[in-house]
Amino acid sequence: MNLPVLKAADFASDQDVRWCPGCGDYSILAQMKKILPDLGVPREKTVFVSGIGCSSRFPYYMNTYGMHSIHGRAPTFATGLKSTRPDLMVWVITGDGDALSIGGNHFIHCLRRNLDVNIVLFNNRIYGLTKGQYSPTSTEGQVTKSTPMGAIDHPLSPLSVALAAEATFVARSIDAHVQHLGKTLKAAAEHKGTSLVEVYQNCNVFNDGAMAYAQERKQRADNVIELEHGKPLIFGAERDKGIRLVGSHLEVVNTADVPADDLLIHDANDPNPSIQMMLARMRYPEMPEPIGVLRSVAGVSTYNDQINEQVTQAKAARGEGDLAKLFRSGDTWEVTA
Amino acid sequence: MTTSTPTTNKKIESVPGITVRLCGDSGDGMQLLGTQLTNTSALAGNDVATFPDFPAEIRAPRGTRAGVSGFQVQFASESIFTPGDTLDALVVMNPAAMVTNIGDLRKGGILIANEDGFNDKEYKLAKVESNPLEADVIDQSYRVVKVAMTKLTRAAVAEHGLSTKIADRCKNFFAMGLVYWLFGRSLDPTLRFIEAKFGKKPDIAAANVAALRAGWAYGETTEEFSESYQVEAAELEPGTYRNIMGNQALAWGLIAASNISGKEMFYGTYPITPASDILHELTKFKNFGVRTFQAEDEIAAIGATIGAAFGGTMAVTASSGPGIALKGEAMGLGVMLELPMIVINVQRGGPSTGLPTKTEQSDLLQVMFGRNGEAPMPVLAPRSPGDCFAMAVEAWRIATECMVPVMLLSDGYIANGSEPWKIPDMDELPTIKCSHPEEHTGEGPFLPYARDENLARPWAIPGTPELMHRLGGLEKEDGTGNVSYDPANHQHMCDTRAAKVAKIAERIPEQDVNGETSGDVLVVSWGGTYGACHTAVNRCREAGHSVSHAHIRYVNPLPRNIGTLLKSFKTVVVPELNSGQLRMLLRAEYLVDCIGINKIQGKPFAVSELVEAISKHTSTQSHSKAG
Repeated sequence: MNLPVLKAADFASDQDVRWCPGCGDYSILAQMKKILPDLGVPREKTVFVSGIGCSSRFPYYMNTYGMHSIHGRAPTFATGLKSTRPDLMVWVITGDGDALSIGGNHFIHCLRRNLDVNIVLFNNRIYGLTKGQYSPTSTEGQVTKSTPMGAIDHPLSPLSVALAAEATFVARSIDAHVQHLGKTLKAAAEHKGTSLVEVYQNCNVFNDGAMAYAQERKQRADNVIELEHGKPLIFGAERDKGIRLVGSHLEVVNTADVPADDLLIHDANDPNPSIQMMLARMRYPEMPEPIGVLRSVAGVSTYNDQINEQVTQAKAARGEGDLAKLFRSGDTWEVTA
Repeated sequence: MTTSTPTTNKKIESVPGITVRLCGDSGDGMQLLGTQLTNTSALAGNDVATFPDFPAEIRAPRGTRAGVSGFQVQFASESIFTPGDTLDALVVMNPAAMVTNIGDLRKGGILIANEDGFNDKEYKLAKVESNPLEADVIDQSYRVVKVAMTKLTRAAVAEHGLSTKIADRCKNFFAMGLVYWLFGRSLDPTLRFIEAKFGKKPDIAAANVAALRAGWAYGETTEEFSESYQVEAAELEPGTYRNIMGNQALAWGLIAASNISGKEMFYGTYPITPASDILHELTKFKNFGVRTFQAEDEIAAIGATIGAAFGGTMAVTASSGPGIALKGEAMGLGVMLELPMIVINVQRGGPSTGLPTKTEQSDLLQVMFGRNGEAPMPVLAPRSPGDCFAMAVEAWRIATECMVPVMLLSDGYIANGSEPWKIPDMDELPTIKCSHPEEHTGEGPFLPYARDENLARPWAIPGTPELMHRLGGLEKEDGTGNVSYDPANHQHMCDTRAAKVAKIAERIPEQDVNGETSGDVLVVSWGGTYGACHTAVNRCREAGHSVSHAHIRYVNPLPRNIGTLLKSFKTVVVPELNSGQLRMLLRAEYLVDCIGINKIQGKPFAVSELVEAISKHTSTQSHSKAG
């Protein structure tokens, strides 16, 4: 059978995209439309579920099924949908405020249940839609509309939270690094189980340049390390720096000074998340920040498979439910006229 | 084991009905005893009604008044609608149980006390100065039967070699045996129960059987009782019956609705008293295609429910008032998405955490209006445990016909109460047709918000080619469903969503009336007060008063003839277990003055208090007529 070949444009809805000019969201939207045709899932089997925030307008711009839900709760809608319709490919689109503040609870539970959905978390370290308050990922001391003397909260790392919840797929990418972003989204889509992709996304209105160290091509090479499964951790414009594990911490070394075998080899498939957690905790400027797939563990059962498997098992063991029999189960009595 | 009940050699007196309450410490097994007595009485063909009453603490301090757990049953040879007001018999296991319940025993009623539970330590725990059984007034007012239940039970189970602690736990079965003897109940159903429940622990099963039989034998041999009582079978409508509890009936109604509409069910919930038993019941029925989801909180529960509804499944969530408050925002989204689903509120005493194990009906205004913006939802309220079945099916019928989330409003009294339920024939169940458009027909783009004669939009589900659409909580443009900030469209959509709910009045039955459709007093009630109001109105009518009763099961929209009905009576009286919520709605809607009978004590109405309150208005009426 010849299936129609879809193009990125086929996934665009007829709605005008209304993000601020220059917003990093455009890049994520473009990459999403670009990779979807390669996944072989028809448009009608694709659903985008979002919460509230700039990022969460995303479903309106996709010519697929979609639901723009309520603040922080997108994972819950996805849970009901995917549990009853495992045949659908479900994407959850969320932001740092949506997923980690009001929705922190649901974010954790979706990950630990390993529901087979893909969560894309747009992290710009600021509240965009409510116009400029600090978010759970804002840096300490950040001055915003609601923190004139600087934020006093310690920021939350979505990757660390996800690893702590024993998520089976954890990755990070960058809006401006388009090829890497597309590749990472695709890897997430292909994972069976909950996949989390944190995307560094620039809010050029309220937090412009907050992650310039990772976004700008010139700085990126020295401030970011691209993880690849089975490869040694090497970075730098000259590829002259590496990461070594010493005891229970990581350190940056010059590749010229240490034998190649001493460098840490990235194991995304390791079910033990300890070293992946160390990677997730690497912060600019002390350390390069990791992008790519931190963790990808296969073979863990998914919530949607299990909830449906129990139904199948119950039907096999007890037969399809019979209402008339149910009503008459237990003690009954007759009243005659 | 043998399953035969011995026959008494003593005199048997026939009585029309008995109300008995069993009270003890919350670890004494009183709820089990009550449930067994209920089932056995129902199997004897009696009409039964029950009222369990237990502390909110799992194990409140032993022996204290706060820890008293009670179970009341009325069984009768005529149709009854309440668990009864005053007690014919009261069984108490300790002083705390006695002092907190003796006030409800009628003069001359039987008080059976476990005298082993009455000692100095227990008096102290119950905060009484001396043995309350010894008070003169008790002896003069009641037939007091003191039984050394603990000692007798230990002796009865001695041969099974149990520890004293385990042996003492059997004393509720001893009490049960005695009660069964007194009211001529068969031991067989309980023997079967013991076999099923303790079959894997033969020594425990044998000890419980021994205790049960010992209790029965004690009644037969003691000089204290010269006669036992017999309640004949009630004249119920012919059919096959079973006993059913409210939450169980709700669960079964949902399963039935799912089955007859050809939909598998998704039930998303978070545990909360008194709604949790719906989850416990539903999760047994995965072979009916029921998927239950115990969420991380109430918001996740309704979120998942809406997600499942979007996917084309029969989606249900349930909670109690505080959880319904959390679901408010998502319910508003459900209203905007115009997807069918059921939201169940099993009310309890509020506000906030309130009285979790006590009944109240004070969430009516919450479910009517407790959402931001104009977000009308249909509201249905079952009137009794058995009616929960029918109203669950009705809720799903309305939800799918009109593409709207429907609220089903039960309460703790209905949820935990039980009554005989006539098992419906399969062809008596209504048909519910659920369909999803399979392809795009007509010109132009697919319109997810096109409307039919019910103002319902099509339930197009993901997976269907060419019907791709996006839903959300931002205002929708009618027809296309696209986001719209157009002022006129917002007005139109608010009006349309309201009109859709209002139109449901055309699809529900007219309000029926017990009594004449005009006269002096109309009693209007809703929800779990049905039994008390029905019985009270019947008593008033038997006493010659012009009183009729309308019990509302469709609360929003109200049945189309309600206005006319209210205006056909000189006085409208609205009894409610709140401070006047339905009364406020009726006054606002129909500009008819209504008089409230209101009580907020965590307790249901007694029939006698309603008769008194209603009679006040009839006598006022007669008086004013005379004047």
